[in-house]
Amino acid sequence: MEHYAALFIRAVFIENMALSLFLGMCTFLAVSKKVKTSMGLGVAVIVVLGISVPVNQVIFVNILAPGALDWAGFPDADLSFLSFLTFIGVIAALVQILEMTLDKFFPALYNALGIFLPLITVNCAIFGGVAFAVQREYNFTESIVYGIGSGAGWAMAIILLAAIREKLKYADMPDGIRGLGSVFMIAGLMALGFQSFTGISL
Amino acid sequence: MGLKVYLEKIEPDFEPGGKYDKFYALYEAAATIFYTPGKVNVANTHVKDSIDLKRIMIMVWMATFPAMFYGMYNVGVQASYAIEAGGALYDGWQAGLFSALGGTLTGDAGIFSMLLYGACFFVPIYATTFIVGGFWEVLFASVRKHEINEGFFVTSVLFALTLPSTIPLWQVALGITFGIVIAKEIFGGTGRNFLNPALSGRAFLYFAYPAQISGDQPWIAAQLADGYSGATWLSNAANQTMNFGDSVNFASMQVLDASGNLVNQTISEADLWMNSFIGNIPGSVGEVSSLLIMVGGLFIIYLGIASWRIVSGVGLGVIFFSTLLNFFASDPTSIYAMPFYWHFVIGGLAFGMFFMATDPVSASFTNQGKWFYGFFIGLMTVLIRVINPAFPEGIMLAILFANLWAPLFDYFVAQSNIKRRVARVG
Repeated sequence: MEHYAALFIRAVFIENMALSLFLGMCTFLAVSKKVKTSMGLGVAVIVVLGISVPVNQVIFVNILAPGALDWAGFPDADLSFLSFLTFIGVIAALVQILEMTLDKFFPALYNALGIFLPLITVNCAIFGGVAFAVQREYNFTESIVYGIGSGAGWAMAIILLAAIREKLKYADMPDGIRGLGSVFMIAGLMALGFQSFTGISL
Repeated sequence: MGLKVYLEKIEPDFEPGGKYDKFYALYEAAATIFYTPGKVNVANTHVKDSIDLKRIMIMVWMATFPAMFYGMYNVGVQASYAIEAGGALYDGWQAGLFSALGGTLTGDAGIFSMLLYGACFFVPIYATTFIVGGFWEVLFASVRKHEINEGFFVTSVLFALTLPSTIPLWQVALGITFGIVIAKEIFGGTGRNFLNPALSGRAFLYFAYPAQISGDQPWIAAQLADGYSGATWLSNAANQTMNFGDSVNFASMQVLDASGNLVNQTISEADLWMNSFIGNIPGSVGEVSSLLIMVGGLFIIYLGIASWRIVSGVGLGVIFFSTLLNFFASDPTSIYAMPFYWHFVIGGLAFGMFFMATDPVSASFTNQGKWFYGFFIGLMTVLIRVINPAFPEGIMLAILFANLWAPLFDYFVAQSNIKRRVARVG
């Protein structure tokens, strides 16, 4: 249990997807104008990461990894060269299925998430989470924890950014830096604050 | 009233269309030092109070003086200890300046020599901060047509006080430039920044030049003799040289014996605590004396400038989390075992708590938000000090991290107020 708690905290704070690894930047910078929307997006990322990381881990371990096809009678097969392609396909398919399920059974949540669900198919934080989990050889439970943790870290970062942007809404910035330029600066300064955690080993 | 007449006479030159209209910001800043602005509200409601931003900032500036002067004195004291233990004057131009001014530093030098020695280090640092920072402030004010703000007085003194005395001056200039330009002016100047400018400048130096400023190296302004450690007590505690289970043989200090050799002598917990509280320990210029920082801090709290909620929040956070961690201490020399009353007196916690965390712009605005914000800072400080082995000191990063959260705390407080009001009014 302690091991999983450490993994979760590391995924949320120390290896924060957005502010330590700078993944998922496009959505992070673009959809952070309002706290409410960024909360919706954050929840969507947590859900998608929480599902796609373990699913891809299962696929990798049982099908793609070198020697994984032993059960099907191909002990020498090594399909790991297909892994990136497979991950992207699986993420896209999962998001599609998730979207349809939500539309059918939870229309309120579906409406709340709106455009963000299809949008995060191409979010590199999702792909990054999957690739990291496979590369670090997490087992199934670890990959669930890591998926949810890294999603939560990304969600936290975008909500913080949105709150700061709301606070700075009426700031009198120089013309050249208004808009997206200032968001880049804010994200960089936020990363400075997140330096507090570098060096903690759990 | 000669001065007032003169100021009014030259004012048209600085107004739009005048000879020096580019320098209006400078004129305005200078004139309001002596007189309140003549502009009054024309609409109906007008809250009248003689205290304005300029007076508030000057009060905070003055509140740092006790810690500042003691800090300078302490630079001399710590250097004299090192010299007594076989070291020599600092190998740099500051010591040359000291000698040129006729000062000599020995173990039994008087208060004045100590103060002069410290001033030879601190005054150039502060002057650099002031000139470089002031240059950016005036440049932005002139180009962007806003007022020069006295917040800069506070930023500059706080920035200078958090630096170790031996820092190279070009780093000082770089740090304050980052703090003023990147953390404050590009967001529109005073009142718009979301990070504390003084601390962001210091954090920039901290990550860019860790050798000089991270606190693993001694911060004493003298050449140290072999074997003289001069480490700060915070890094001593991290290196397990304080025994929190034994109040008599608490820690060891290096002193000279009768034949002039360095020997380790044990010091009791009460004595060392008192030394740390008064400030007779190595450290950054302004952070050493918790007592005098508290005097200045209580002064600005009394004036209503610093928020007592934030300060109490930080205190509670530190007490809560360090007491919690005490239960996880494997042995009494580990830093996990450090009780809260030690956290308050060593390192920069006191300075950060009273002067940095209470910055009204980068803190939470709402009253409940201030409690959360303060508590969060206290918690994070202890977390970084104790759990993170990479950084000996935590308060700087803790405040910067809490600055990121402050707007979100406000957001939640505002949302819950809206919800309550909707439920009440319907």
